Amino acid sequence: MASLIDLANPTRFMRFSAKLLPWLAAVAALLVVAGLYLAWFKAPADYQQGETIRIMFIHVPAAWLAMMFYSMMAVSALGTLVWRHPLADVAQKAAAPIGASFALICLITGALWGKPMWGTYWVWDARLTSVLVLLLIYLGIIALWRVLDEPSRAARAVAILTLTGFVNVPIIKFSVDWWNTLHQPASVFRMGGPAIDGSMLWPLMILAAGFTLFALCLHMVAMRAEIMRRRVRTLTILEAERLDRLAAQGVPA
Amino acid sequence: MSRAFLAILSRDLTVAARAGGGGELALVFFLTITVLVPFALGPDLNLLSRIGPAILWLGALLSVLIGLDRLFQSDEEDGSLDLIRASALPLELAVLAKGLAHWLTTGLPLALASPLLGLLVALPGEGVLPLIATLLVGTPALSFIGAAGAALAAGLRRGGLIVPVLVAPLTVPVLIFGVSAANAALGGTVPFLTPFLILCAISLAAIVVGTIAAAAALRQAD
Repeated sequence: MASLIDLANPTRFMRFSAKLLPWLAAVAALLVVAGLYLAWFKAPADYQQGETIRIMFIHVPAAWLAMMFYSMMAVSALGTLVWRHPLADVAQKAAAPIGASFALICLITGALWGKPMWGTYWVWDARLTSVLVLLLIYLGIIALWRVLDEPSRAARAVAILTLTGFVNVPIIKFSVDWWNTLHQPASVFRMGGPAIDGSMLWPLMILAAGFTLFALCLHMVAMRAEIMRRRVRTLTILEAERLDRLAAQGVPA
Repeated sequence: MSRAFLAILSRDLTVAARAGGGGELALVFFLTITVLVPFALGPDLNLLSRIGPAILWLGALLSVLIGLDRLFQSDEEDGSLDLIRASALPLELAVLAKGLAHWLTTGLPLALASPLLGLLVALPGEGVLPLIATLLVGTPALSFIGAAGAALAAGLRRGGLIVPVLVAPLTVPVLIFGVSAANAALGGTVPFLTPFLILCAISLAAIVVGTIAAAAALRQAD
Protein backbone atom coordinates (compact mmCIF):
# COMPACT_ATOMS: atom_id res chain seq x y z
CA MET A 1 0.00 0.00 0.00
CA ALA A 2 2.96 2.29 0.57
CA SER A 3 3.51 2.46 -3.18
CA LEU A 4 -0.11 3.45 -3.79
CA ILE A 5 0.27 6.36 -1.39
CA ASP A 6 3.53 7.40 -3.03
CA LEU A 7 1.77 7.40 -6.39
CA ALA A 8 -0.80 9.86 -5.05
CA ASN A 9 1.67 12.50 -6.14
CA PRO A 10 0.95 13.07 -9.86
CA THR A 11 4.59 13.85 -10.62
CA ARG A 12 5.71 10.54 -9.11
CA PHE A 13 2.93 8.81 -11.01
CA MET A 14 4.12 10.34 -14.29
CA ARG A 15 7.68 9.22 -13.66
CA PHE A 16 6.68 5.75 -12.48
CA SER A 17 4.22 5.14 -15.32
CA ALA A 18 6.71 6.32 -17.93
CA LYS A 19 9.09 3.59 -16.77
CA LEU A 20 6.43 0.91 -16.39
CA LEU A 21 4.51 1.48 -19.63
CA PRO A 22 6.95 -0.06 -22.19
CA TRP A 23 7.31 -3.23 -20.11
CA LEU A 24 3.60 -3.52 -19.51
CA ALA A 25 2.91 -3.00 -23.21
CA ALA A 26 5.50 -5.59 -24.21
CA VAL A 27 4.08 -8.25 -21.89
CA ALA A 28 0.55 -7.42 -23.01
CA ALA A 29 1.53 -7.75 -26.69
CA LEU A 30 3.29 -11.05 -26.01
CA LEU A 31 0.31 -12.49 -24.17
CA VAL A 32 -2.21 -11.27 -26.75
CA VAL A 33 -0.20 -12.68 -29.67
CA ALA A 34 0.39 -15.99 -27.89
CA GLY A 35 -3.24 -16.17 -26.81
CA LEU A 36 -4.56 -15.38 -30.27
CA TYR A 37 -2.25 -18.01 -31.81
CA LEU A 38 -3.46 -20.65 -29.35
CA ALA A 39 -7.06 -19.60 -29.79
CA TRP A 40 -6.99 -19.55 -33.58
CA PHE A 41 -4.72 -22.51 -34.39
CA LYS A 42 -4.40 -24.76 -31.36
CA ALA A 43 -7.75 -24.71 -29.60
CA PRO A 44 -10.13 -27.34 -31.01
CA ALA A 45 -13.38 -26.38 -32.68
CA ASP A 46 -16.31 -26.99 -30.34
CA TYR A 47 -18.19 -30.26 -30.88
CA GLN A 48 -21.49 -28.37 -30.99
CA GLN A 49 -20.68 -24.81 -31.98
CA GLY A 50 -17.89 -25.55 -34.46
CA GLU A 51 -15.55 -22.74 -35.41
CA THR A 52 -17.80 -20.00 -34.04
CA ILE A 53 -16.54 -20.89 -30.56
CA ARG A 54 -13.47 -18.80 -31.38
CA ILE A 55 -15.55 -15.64 -30.97
CA MET A 56 -15.63 -16.57 -27.29
CA PHE A 57 -11.92 -15.78 -26.91
CA ILE A 58 -12.65 -12.10 -27.64
CA HIS A 59 -16.17 -11.93 -26.29
CA VAL A 60 -15.56 -13.29 -22.79
CA PRO A 61 -12.47 -11.20 -21.90
CA ALA A 62 -14.28 -8.09 -23.21
CA ALA A 63 -17.22 -8.87 -20.94
CA TRP A 64 -14.95 -9.38 -17.94
CA LEU A 65 -13.08 -6.15 -18.64
CA ALA A 66 -16.30 -4.15 -19.08
CA MET A 67 -17.31 -5.20 -15.57
CA MET A 68 -13.80 -4.96 -14.15
CA PHE A 69 -13.38 -1.39 -15.33
CA TYR A 70 -16.72 -0.43 -13.86
CA SER A 71 -15.73 -1.98 -10.53
CA MET A 72 -12.44 -0.12 -10.72
CA MET A 73 -14.35 3.10 -11.35
CA ALA A 74 -16.51 2.40 -8.30
CA VAL A 75 -13.37 1.97 -6.18
CA SER A 76 -11.95 5.18 -7.66
CA ALA A 77 -15.24 6.89 -6.82
CA LEU A 78 -14.73 5.89 -3.19
CA GLY A 79 -11.19 7.21 -3.52
CA THR A 80 -12.55 10.55 -4.71
CA LEU A 81 -15.30 10.87 -2.12
CA VAL A 82 -13.81 9.25 0.96
CA TRP A 83 -10.03 9.48 0.77
CA ARG A 84 -9.79 12.51 -1.55
CA HIS A 85 -7.04 10.70 -3.40
CA PRO A 86 -5.75 13.20 -5.99
CA LEU A 87 -5.41 10.60 -8.74
CA ALA A 88 -8.68 8.78 -8.10
CA ASP A 89 -10.78 11.01 -10.32
CA VAL A 90 -8.13 10.97 -13.05
CA ALA A 91 -8.26 7.17 -12.94
CA GLN A 92 -12.04 7.26 -12.99
CA LYS A 93 -12.25 9.64 -15.93
CA ALA A 94 -9.68 7.71 -17.95
CA ALA A 95 -11.43 4.39 -17.27
CA ALA A 96 -14.90 5.33 -18.51
CA PRO A 97 -14.30 5.35 -22.31
CA ILE A 98 -12.19 2.18 -22.07
CA GLY A 99 -14.85 0.34 -20.10
CA ALA A 100 -17.52 1.57 -22.49
CA SER A 101 -15.48 0.30 -25.46
CA PHE A 102 -15.17 -3.16 -23.94
CA ALA A 103 -18.89 -3.23 -23.22
CA LEU A 104 -19.49 -2.33 -26.87
CA ILE A 105 -17.02 -4.99 -28.09
CA CYS A 106 -18.75 -7.52 -25.86
CA LEU A 107 -22.16 -6.62 -27.30
CA ILE A 108 -20.97 -6.65 -30.92
CA THR A 109 -19.08 -9.95 -30.70
CA GLY A 110 -22.01 -11.36 -28.77
CA ALA A 111 -24.36 -10.34 -31.57
CA LEU A 112 -22.06 -11.88 -34.21
CA TRP A 113 -21.90 -15.09 -32.17
CA GLY A 114 -25.62 -15.07 -31.47
CA LYS A 115 -26.61 -14.98 -35.15
CA PRO A 116 -25.22 -18.46 -36.07
CA MET A 117 -25.94 -20.02 -32.66
CA TRP A 118 -29.31 -18.62 -31.64
CA GLY A 119 -30.46 -17.48 -35.08
CA THR A 120 -30.70 -13.84 -34.04
CA TYR A 121 -28.41 -10.91 -33.41
CA TRP A 122 -30.27 -9.78 -30.35
CA VAL A 123 -32.68 -11.17 -27.80
CA TRP A 124 -34.00 -9.38 -24.74
CA ASP A 125 -32.28 -11.85 -22.47
CA ALA A 126 -31.30 -10.84 -18.95
CA ARG A 127 -27.53 -10.98 -19.50
CA LEU A 128 -27.61 -9.13 -22.82
CA THR A 129 -29.98 -6.50 -21.48
CA SER A 130 -27.98 -5.84 -18.34
CA VAL A 131 -24.79 -5.39 -20.37
CA LEU A 132 -26.63 -2.95 -22.64
CA VAL A 133 -27.72 -1.05 -19.53
CA LEU A 134 -24.08 -1.06 -18.41
CA LEU A 135 -23.12 0.58 -21.71
CA LEU A 136 -25.85 3.20 -21.22
CA ILE A 137 -24.58 3.95 -17.71
CA TYR A 138 -21.04 4.29 -19.07
CA LEU A 139 -22.31 6.74 -21.71
CA GLY A 140 -24.19 8.69 -19.03
CA ILE A 141 -21.01 8.94 -16.95
CA ILE A 142 -19.01 10.17 -19.95
CA ALA A 143 -21.76 12.68 -20.73
CA LEU A 144 -21.72 14.00 -17.16
CA TRP A 145 -17.92 14.44 -17.37
CA ARG A 146 -18.45 16.52 -20.49
CA VAL A 147 -21.16 18.86 -19.19
CA LEU A 148 -19.44 19.83 -15.93
CA ASP A 149 -16.64 22.29 -16.63
CA GLU A 150 -14.85 22.33 -13.32
CA PRO A 151 -12.82 19.07 -12.97
CA SER A 152 -13.05 18.63 -9.19
CA ARG A 153 -16.78 19.30 -9.12
CA ALA A 154 -17.32 16.97 -12.07
CA ALA A 155 -15.24 14.29 -10.33
CA ARG A 156 -17.43 14.24 -7.23
CA ALA A 157 -20.68 14.32 -9.18
CA VAL A 158 -19.52 11.47 -11.41
CA ALA A 159 -18.31 9.52 -8.38
CA ILE A 160 -21.80 9.61 -6.89
CA LEU A 161 -23.35 8.54 -10.19
CA THR A 162 -20.80 5.71 -10.52
CA LEU A 163 -21.55 4.34 -7.07
CA THR A 164 -25.31 4.54 -7.70
CA GLY A 165 -24.93 2.72 -11.01
CA PHE A 166 -22.81 0.00 -9.43
CA VAL A 167 -25.99 -1.91 -8.48
CA ASN A 168 -26.04 -3.09 -12.10
CA VAL A 169 -22.74 -5.03 -11.91
CA PRO A 170 -23.93 -7.82 -9.58
CA ILE A 171 -27.10 -8.00 -11.67
CA ILE A 172 -24.97 -8.72 -14.78
CA LYS A 173 -22.88 -11.28 -12.95
CA PHE A 174 -25.81 -13.22 -11.55
CA SER A 175 -28.33 -12.56 -14.32
CA VAL A 176 -27.65 -15.95 -15.88
CA ASP A 177 -28.31 -17.68 -12.56
CA TRP A 178 -31.37 -15.68 -11.54
CA TRP A 179 -33.19 -15.74 -14.87
CA ASN A 180 -33.29 -18.89 -16.90
CA THR A 181 -32.99 -17.34 -20.34
CA LEU A 182 -31.09 -17.92 -23.57
CA HIS A 183 -27.57 -16.97 -22.46
CA GLN A 184 -25.57 -19.86 -21.08
CA PRO A 185 -24.83 -19.98 -17.33
CA ALA A 186 -21.43 -19.13 -15.86
CA SER A 187 -18.85 -21.70 -16.90
CA VAL A 188 -15.48 -20.35 -15.75
CA PHE A 189 -15.84 -18.60 -12.41
CA ARG A 190 -18.34 -20.83 -10.64
CA MET A 191 -18.65 -23.13 -7.66
CA GLY A 192 -16.95 -26.43 -8.39
CA GLY A 193 -14.37 -25.09 -10.85
CA PRO A 194 -14.49 -24.26 -14.56
CA ALA A 195 -16.79 -26.30 -16.75
CA ILE A 196 -14.83 -25.84 -19.95
CA ASP A 197 -12.01 -28.06 -21.13
CA GLY A 198 -8.35 -27.15 -20.59
CA SER A 199 -7.68 -26.93 -24.32
CA MET A 200 -10.02 -23.94 -24.47
CA LEU A 201 -9.57 -22.64 -20.94
CA TRP A 202 -5.84 -22.00 -21.37
CA PRO A 203 -6.05 -19.79 -24.46
CA LEU A 204 -8.98 -18.00 -22.86
CA MET A 205 -7.05 -17.29 -19.68
CA ILE A 206 -3.93 -16.16 -21.55
CA LEU A 207 -5.98 -13.86 -23.76
CA ALA A 208 -7.88 -12.54 -20.76
CA ALA A 209 -4.60 -11.72 -19.04
CA GLY A 210 -3.24 -10.15 -22.24
CA PHE A 211 -6.35 -8.02 -22.81
CA THR A 212 -6.33 -6.97 -19.16
CA LEU A 213 -2.72 -5.78 -19.38
CA PHE A 214 -3.49 -4.08 -22.68
CA ALA A 215 -6.46 -2.32 -21.09
CA LEU A 216 -4.29 -1.25 -18.16
CA CYS A 217 -1.78 0.19 -20.65
CA LEU A 218 -4.54 2.17 -22.34
CA HIS A 219 -5.73 3.28 -18.95
CA MET A 220 -2.29 4.47 -17.94
CA VAL A 221 -1.81 6.38 -21.20
CA ALA A 222 -5.22 7.97 -20.80
CA MET A 223 -4.39 8.92 -17.20
CA ARG A 224 -1.13 10.52 -18.30
CA ALA A 225 -2.96 12.46 -21.00
CA GLU A 226 -5.54 13.62 -18.46
CA ILE A 227 -2.87 14.77 -16.00
CA MET A 228 -1.13 16.72 -18.75
CA ARG A 229 -4.45 18.21 -19.88
CA ARG A 230 -5.06 19.44 -16.34
CA ARG A 231 -1.58 20.92 -16.14
CA VAL A 232 -2.19 22.80 -19.38
CA ARG A 233 -5.51 24.01 -17.98
CA THR A 234 -3.87 25.24 -14.77
CA LEU A 235 -1.08 26.95 -16.72
CA THR A 236 -3.62 28.63 -19.00
CA ILE A 237 -5.57 29.92 -16.01
CA LEU A 238 -2.38 31.18 -14.32
CA GLU A 239 -1.29 32.90 -17.52
CA ALA A 240 -4.70 34.51 -17.94
CA GLU A 241 -4.55 35.75 -14.34
CA ARG A 242 -1.08 37.14 -14.89
CA LEU A 243 -2.19 39.03 -18.01
CA ASP A 244 -5.20 40.27 -16.07
CA ARG A 245 -2.97 41.65 -13.35
CA LEU A 246 -0.69 43.28 -15.87
CA ALA A 247 -3.63 44.85 -17.66
CA ALA A 248 -4.87 46.19 -14.33
CA GLN A 249 -1.51 47.84 -13.81
CA GLY A 250 -1.78 49.42 -17.23
CA VAL A 251 0.90 47.36 -18.92
CA PRO A 252 -0.12 46.42 -22.48
CA ALA A 253 -0.16 42.62 -22.97
CA MET B 1 -36.63 19.23 12.87
CA SER B 2 -39.99 18.02 11.67
CA ARG B 3 -41.20 21.62 11.38
CA ALA B 4 -38.41 22.43 8.95
CA PHE B 5 -39.21 19.21 7.05
CA LEU B 6 -42.89 20.14 6.81
CA ALA B 7 -42.00 23.70 5.86
CA ILE B 8 -39.96 22.52 2.85
CA LEU B 9 -42.70 20.07 1.91
CA SER B 10 -45.49 22.64 2.08
CA ARG B 11 -43.37 25.25 0.30
CA ASP B 12 -42.70 22.91 -2.60
CA LEU B 13 -46.37 21.95 -2.78
CA THR B 14 -47.35 25.62 -2.77
CA VAL B 15 -44.82 26.47 -5.45
CA ALA B 16 -46.06 23.58 -7.57
CA ALA B 17 -49.67 24.66 -7.13
CA ARG B 18 -49.12 28.37 -7.83
CA ALA B 19 -46.21 28.52 -10.25
CA GLY B 20 -47.40 25.58 -12.35
CA GLY B 21 -45.31 23.84 -14.91
CA GLY B 22 -44.68 20.82 -12.67
CA GLY B 23 -47.47 18.31 -12.11
CA GLU B 24 -49.89 19.55 -14.77
CA LEU B 25 -47.21 19.52 -17.42
CA ALA B 26 -46.34 15.91 -16.55
CA LEU B 27 -50.02 14.97 -16.79
CA VAL B 28 -50.39 16.62 -20.20
CA PHE B 29 -47.22 14.89 -21.38
CA PHE B 30 -48.58 11.54 -20.11
CA LEU B 31 -51.78 12.13 -22.08
CA THR B 32 -49.83 13.11 -25.20
CA ILE B 33 -47.68 9.98 -25.15
CA THR B 34 -50.69 7.74 -24.60
CA VAL B 35 -52.41 9.39 -27.54
CA LEU B 36 -49.36 9.06 -29.78
CA VAL B 37 -49.00 5.30 -29.29
CA PRO B 38 -52.18 4.25 -31.14
CA PHE B 39 -51.12 6.46 -34.05
CA ALA B 40 -47.82 4.60 -34.21
CA LEU B 41 -49.22 1.09 -33.68
CA GLY B 42 -52.54 1.43 -35.44
CA PRO B 43 -55.91 1.55 -33.66
CA ASP B 44 -56.19 -2.21 -33.11
CA LEU B 45 -58.03 -2.44 -29.76
CA ASN B 46 -56.99 -6.05 -29.06
CA LEU B 47 -53.34 -5.21 -29.48
CA LEU B 48 -53.69 -2.00 -27.45
CA SER B 49 -55.45 -3.71 -24.56
CA ARG B 50 -52.74 -6.38 -24.48
CA ILE B 51 -49.90 -3.87 -24.26
CA GLY B 52 -51.93 -1.21 -22.41
CA PRO B 53 -50.21 -1.54 -19.02
CA ALA B 54 -46.80 -1.29 -20.72
CA ILE B 55 -47.82 1.86 -22.64
CA LEU B 56 -49.15 3.53 -19.51
CA TRP B 57 -46.09 2.62 -17.47
CA LEU B 58 -43.76 3.90 -20.16
CA GLY B 59 -45.79 7.11 -20.43
CA ALA B 60 -45.68 7.61 -16.66
CA LEU B 61 -41.92 6.98 -16.57
CA LEU B 62 -41.22 9.52 -19.33
CA SER B 63 -43.57 12.05 -17.74
CA VAL B 64 -41.69 11.81 -14.44
CA LEU B 65 -38.37 12.17 -16.27
CA ILE B 66 -39.12 15.33 -18.25
CA GLY B 67 -39.64 17.63 -15.28
CA LEU B 68 -36.84 16.27 -13.13
CA ASP B 69 -34.13 18.80 -14.02
CA ARG B 70 -36.17 21.55 -12.32
CA LEU B 71 -36.28 19.66 -9.01
CA PHE B 72 -33.18 21.33 -7.57
CA GLN B 73 -32.23 23.74 -10.35
CA SER B 74 -34.79 26.42 -9.55
CA ASP B 75 -33.73 26.33 -5.89
CA GLU B 76 -30.13 26.62 -6.93
CA GLU B 77 -30.92 29.62 -9.13
CA ASP B 78 -32.85 31.64 -6.56
CA GLY B 79 -30.45 30.77 -3.76
CA SER B 80 -32.87 28.84 -1.56
CA LEU B 81 -30.72 25.73 -1.95
CA ASP B 82 -27.92 27.53 -0.11
CA LEU B 83 -30.32 28.34 2.72
CA ILE B 84 -31.44 24.72 2.88
CA ARG B 85 -27.81 23.59 2.95
CA ALA B 86 -27.02 26.05 5.73
CA SER B 87 -30.02 25.14 7.89
CA ALA B 88 -29.94 22.77 10.86
CA LEU B 89 -32.09 20.25 9.05
CA PRO B 90 -29.96 17.36 7.75
CA LEU B 91 -29.70 17.64 3.97
CA GLU B 92 -31.00 14.08 3.62
CA LEU B 93 -34.28 15.07 5.27
CA ALA B 94 -34.54 18.16 3.08
CA VAL B 95 -34.08 15.95 0.01
CA LEU B 96 -36.68 13.53 1.39
CA ALA B 97 -39.12 16.43 1.73
CA LYS B 98 -38.44 17.65 -1.80
CA GLY B 99 -38.66 14.14 -3.25
CA LEU B 100 -41.91 13.55 -1.42
CA ALA B 101 -43.30 16.84 -2.72
CA HIS B 102 -42.19 15.86 -6.22
CA TRP B 103 -44.01 12.54 -5.92
CA LEU B 104 -47.16 14.17 -4.51
CA THR B 105 -47.28 16.60 -7.44
CA THR B 106 -46.12 14.24 -10.20
CA GLY B 107 -46.31 10.52 -9.43
CA LEU B 108 -49.55 10.59 -7.48
CA PRO B 109 -51.53 12.56 -10.12
CA LEU B 110 -50.14 10.27 -12.84
CA ALA B 111 -51.30 7.18 -10.94
CA LEU B 112 -54.72 8.67 -10.30
CA ALA B 113 -55.11 9.71 -13.94
CA SER B 114 -54.11 6.30 -15.28
CA PRO B 115 -57.63 4.74 -15.29
CA LEU B 116 -58.84 7.54 -17.52
CA LEU B 117 -55.96 7.02 -19.93
CA GLY B 118 -56.57 3.28 -19.62
CA LEU B 119 -59.81 3.88 -21.54
CA LEU B 120 -57.80 5.15 -24.48
CA VAL B 121 -55.81 1.92 -24.71
CA ALA B 122 -58.81 -0.32 -23.96
CA LEU B 123 -57.45 -1.51 -20.65
CA PRO B 124 -59.74 -4.32 -19.36
CA GLY B 125 -61.74 -3.45 -16.22
CA GLU B 126 -60.03 -5.99 -13.98
CA GLY B 127 -56.65 -4.43 -14.84
CA VAL B 128 -57.49 -0.90 -13.68
CA LEU B 129 -57.06 -1.23 -9.91
CA PRO B 130 -53.82 -3.24 -10.15
CA LEU B 131 -52.43 -0.67 -12.59
CA ILE B 132 -53.18 2.20 -10.19
CA ALA B 133 -51.64 0.17 -7.36
CA THR B 134 -48.41 -0.52 -9.27
CA LEU B 135 -48.10 3.14 -10.29
CA LEU B 136 -48.77 4.26 -6.72
CA VAL B 137 -46.01 2.12 -5.23
CA GLY B 138 -43.67 2.35 -8.24
CA THR B 139 -43.56 6.08 -8.97
CA PRO B 140 -41.85 6.99 -5.64
CA ALA B 141 -38.87 4.97 -6.90
CA LEU B 142 -38.83 7.12 -10.06
CA SER B 143 -39.01 10.35 -8.05
CA PHE B 144 -36.14 9.39 -5.77
CA ILE B 145 -33.83 7.82 -8.36
CA GLY B 146 -34.60 10.94 -10.37
CA ALA B 147 -33.77 13.17 -7.40
CA ALA B 148 -30.26 11.71 -7.34
CA GLY B 149 -29.83 12.49 -11.04
CA ALA B 150 -31.35 15.95 -10.66
CA ALA B 151 -29.02 16.74 -7.76
CA LEU B 152 -26.00 15.84 -9.90
CA ALA B 153 -27.08 18.32 -12.55
CA ALA B 154 -28.21 21.08 -10.14
CA GLY B 155 -26.63 24.35 -11.14
CA LEU B 156 -25.92 23.25 -14.68
CA ARG B 157 -26.91 25.76 -17.32
CA ARG B 158 -27.27 23.13 -20.00
CA GLY B 159 -28.43 20.25 -17.84
CA GLY B 160 -31.87 19.85 -19.38
CA LEU B 161 -31.33 16.67 -21.32
CA ILE B 162 -28.64 15.09 -19.22
CA VAL B 163 -30.88 14.19 -16.27
CA PRO B 164 -33.14 11.78 -18.20
CA VAL B 165 -30.04 10.27 -19.84
CA LEU B 166 -28.47 9.60 -16.44
CA VAL B 167 -31.65 8.44 -14.75
CA ALA B 168 -33.35 6.30 -17.39
CA PRO B 169 -30.95 3.29 -17.25
CA LEU B 170 -31.36 3.11 -13.48
CA THR B 171 -35.14 2.93 -13.75
CA VAL B 172 -35.13 -0.31 -15.75
CA PRO B 173 -35.95 -2.57 -12.74
CA VAL B 174 -38.90 -0.35 -11.78
CA LEU B 175 -40.27 -0.60 -15.31
CA ILE B 176 -39.77 -4.39 -15.46
CA PHE B 177 -41.52 -5.19 -12.22
CA GLY B 178 -44.15 -2.47 -12.57
CA VAL B 179 -45.27 -3.74 -15.96
CA SER B 180 -45.02 -7.40 -15.01
CA ALA B 181 -47.21 -6.83 -11.91
CA ALA B 182 -49.75 -4.86 -13.95
CA ASN B 183 -49.75 -7.61 -16.59
CA ALA B 184 -49.98 -10.38 -14.01
CA ALA B 185 -53.32 -8.99 -12.88
CA LEU B 186 -54.65 -9.47 -16.42
CA GLY B 187 -53.92 -13.18 -16.31
CA GLY B 188 -50.66 -14.96 -16.89
CA THR B 189 -48.43 -17.45 -15.18
CA VAL B 190 -47.11 -15.23 -12.37
CA PRO B 191 -49.33 -14.29 -9.42
CA PHE B 192 -49.83 -10.52 -9.02
CA LEU B 193 -48.31 -10.31 -5.57
CA THR B 194 -44.80 -11.58 -6.46
CA PRO B 195 -43.69 -8.77 -8.80
CA PHE B 196 -45.79 -6.29 -6.83
CA LEU B 197 -43.89 -6.94 -3.60
CA ILE B 198 -40.56 -6.71 -5.44
CA LEU B 199 -41.74 -3.37 -6.84
CA CYS B 200 -42.53 -2.21 -3.28
CA ALA B 201 -39.05 -3.30 -2.20
CA ILE B 202 -37.40 -1.45 -5.11
CA SER B 203 -39.32 1.69 -4.17
CA LEU B 204 -38.27 1.51 -0.52
CA ALA B 205 -34.64 0.90 -1.50
CA ALA B 206 -34.75 3.76 -4.03
CA ILE B 207 -36.09 6.16 -1.39
CA VAL B 208 -33.13 5.36 0.86
CA VAL B 209 -30.39 5.22 -1.81
CA GLY B 210 -31.77 8.12 -3.84
CA THR B 211 -32.05 10.38 -0.80
CA ILE B 212 -28.52 9.65 0.36
CA ALA B 213 -27.04 9.98 -3.14
CA ALA B 214 -28.90 13.21 -3.88
CA ALA B 215 -27.85 14.76 -0.56
CA ALA B 216 -24.23 13.75 -1.23
CA ALA B 217 -24.41 15.27 -4.72
CA LEU B 218 -25.86 18.54 -3.38
CA ARG B 219 -23.11 18.76 -0.75
CA GLN B 220 -20.48 18.43 -3.47
CA ALA B 221 -22.11 21.05 -5.66
CA ASP B 222 -20.92 24.13 -3.77
